Amino acid sequence: MAPVISVRNLVKTYVVGEVTVRALRGADFDVEHGEFVAVTGPSGSGKSTLMHILGCLDRPTSGNYLLDGKDVSRMSKDDLAAVRNKKIGFVFQGFNLLSRTTALDNVELPLLYNGTLKLKTSERHKRAMDSLSAVGLGERYHHYPNQLSGGQQQRVAIARALITQPSIILADEPTGNLDTRTSIEVMGIFQRLNIERGITVILITHEMDIAEYGTRLVRFRDGKIQVDQKIANRRDAAKELAALPPPEPDLPDVVGDPVSAEHLGGVS
Amino acid sequence: MSIFMTLRIAVKALNRNKMRTILTMLGMIIGVGAVITMVALGRGAQATIEEQVKSAGTNLININAGNFQQGGVRQGAGMATSLTAEDATALRQVPGVQYVSAGVNSRGQVIAGNQNWSTQVQGVDVDLPAIRSWPPKYGTFFTPQDVNTAAKVAVLGTVVADTLFGQDVDPTGQIIRIRNQPFKVIGVMTSKGQGPFGQDQDDTIFTPYTTVQKKLQGIQHINNITVSSVTPETAPVAEAIGAVLRTRHKLPNGEPDDFMVRTQEEIASVRTETTRTMTTLLAAIAGVSLLVGGIGIMNIMLVSVTERTREIGLRLAIGARGSDVLMQFLVEAIVISLFGGLLGIGLGFGLSAALEKFLQWPTSIPPNAIGMAFGFAAATGVFFGFYPARKAAGLDPIEALRYE
Repeated sequence: MAPVISVRNLVKTYVVGEVTVRALRGADFDVEHGEFVAVTGPSGSGKSTLMHILGCLDRPTSGNYLLDGKDVSRMSKDDLAAVRNKKIGFVFQGFNLLSRTTALDNVELPLLYNGTLKLKTSERHKRAMDSLSAVGLGERYHHYPNQLSGGQQQRVAIARALITQPSIILADEPTGNLDTRTSIEVMGIFQRLNIERGITVILITHEMDIAEYGTRLVRFRDGKIQVDQKIANRRDAAKELAALPPPEPDLPDVVGDPVSAEHLGGVS
Repeated sequence: MSIFMTLRIAVKALNRNKMRTILTMLGMIIGVGAVITMVALGRGAQATIEEQVKSAGTNLININAGNFQQGGVRQGAGMATSLTAEDATALRQVPGVQYVSAGVNSRGQVIAGNQNWSTQVQGVDVDLPAIRSWPPKYGTFFTPQDVNTAAKVAVLGTVVADTLFGQDVDPTGQIIRIRNQPFKVIGVMTSKGQGPFGQDQDDTIFTPYTTVQKKLQGIQHINNITVSSVTPETAPVAEAIGAVLRTRHKLPNGEPDDFMVRTQEEIASVRTETTRTMTTLLAAIAGVSLLVGGIGIMNIMLVSVTERTREIGLRLAIGARGSDVLMQFLVEAIVISLFGGLLGIGLGFGLSAALEKFLQWPTSIPPNAIGMAFGFAAATGVFFGFYPARKAAGLDPIEALRYE
């Protein structure tokens, strides 16, 4: 089977004023179906730029990027939008949920921009419900982001990324705003989706311990791949969670809990 | 994306910030409401004028004496002495003419008992009530006999009768003194109200024109002739009258008329034109508030785009095209302006009704004003919504997602 992602000699340079920034200086790598790739590196190493190009939010200065065997590096803006909609699911550090919009409506959002599916309202609801159930939030579909804890919000965001059944899920520092336990929970969801459904996940993080939940580690330095290796001792989020003491009962899952206010990370 | 879906997204987005949506709409509501009210007021005034013109009679033709000219010195209009009672008699033969009344104007102090009043004394002929469809309330109008003998009889306008004798008193048979000459009151006219120039048509006294000529003025000529035509088509009759008078006055070709013929239609059209200008002016001023409302929409939409930068970034990231975002914001602006326009039409109706009820100002809302206000509201939405929408659509998704 052809790789999902195939990147050859990827170069990206920005011109900021009079300074030319060489963010990517010739990166090559492939991602196979069902891989869980953790991309790490210090800030300025080019991992964010890579993510933007892999996510079809940006085009490379030179080099090729084949997504599902299709060269997307020279596509028009509108075509890229369609690719993002159908083949890529985004999960962001700041959740980026629409505020004052229910979890269900948030999850449905990508379907509204899908020009080929043209689903009926009831079908959209059904798919959104399925997606929410997959992340364990089926009960909370009518809740607003400010009624959900940070971990729950991030799970809604994952459900949103899943709904168009994309080829890859791109997660950009998905645990950056979360505490340790919630981080493990969220990583557990990624692992489950990766193992049970064979979904390809690309995780951008600068935390090594988070990267170890993946199957493969890619480390960037100065716009180039420095390390590309299998992760020997992969962490298992489910086991770790079981080993942890149970969450304090009055903490997250209560609706309108004042604690959840700390995690407000919606899009206003 | 379908337009229906875009509409749903826009309405949802507006719903998320109700207070701001309503405040933005307010500009539109006031703008459209003001335009409707102003147009209604203007149209009401126009209708009132048409009513007044109708009350004066639509088939009237007025002939006034022209300017008097002697040795190159021109006097003002109405000074010529060329118009005579014989002219008036001759006009009865002109085809299309129904009634003719010669007229001589005078003013004077009128005394009755211990009351006095300065008013105009109009010398007219017996057909005047028929020409103006203006019957007497008490008594009768004078007869051809009175005209022939230059009898000192007077028919009072209601204002004069009320002033001299009190409200609702029949003064028939009483004696009044006009310029110290005794006149017998033989009737009182019904109330006619304001004339087409705003003058009070009831503040007057009618006597035979011969009486004014001989007893009050001591002149041979007359000042004007009032003619009614058989049909409201007054223009050809007016032309024929002009031709007859030129022949009678022996005016050679090229010599200007020494009289002026005016039809009621012309007078009405001048007045209507004036109010139309006023209406346009009022509507234009109200239109300024519509413009301000539109700028308000643009302002809020610009704020909204900035505030929702991350939302726009997210929408772009999950597959919205630039055109989808453009449409969303454009539709939001249009929804605000159309809904505001709709409420504004309601406000306009309410205000017009209130003005009519409490201030007795006549109003009338032409049906096309509603369509126009609605169209204007939509156009405002598109016009002022486009720039913010384009700004939103042009955002770079990466920058937008990073925006704090």
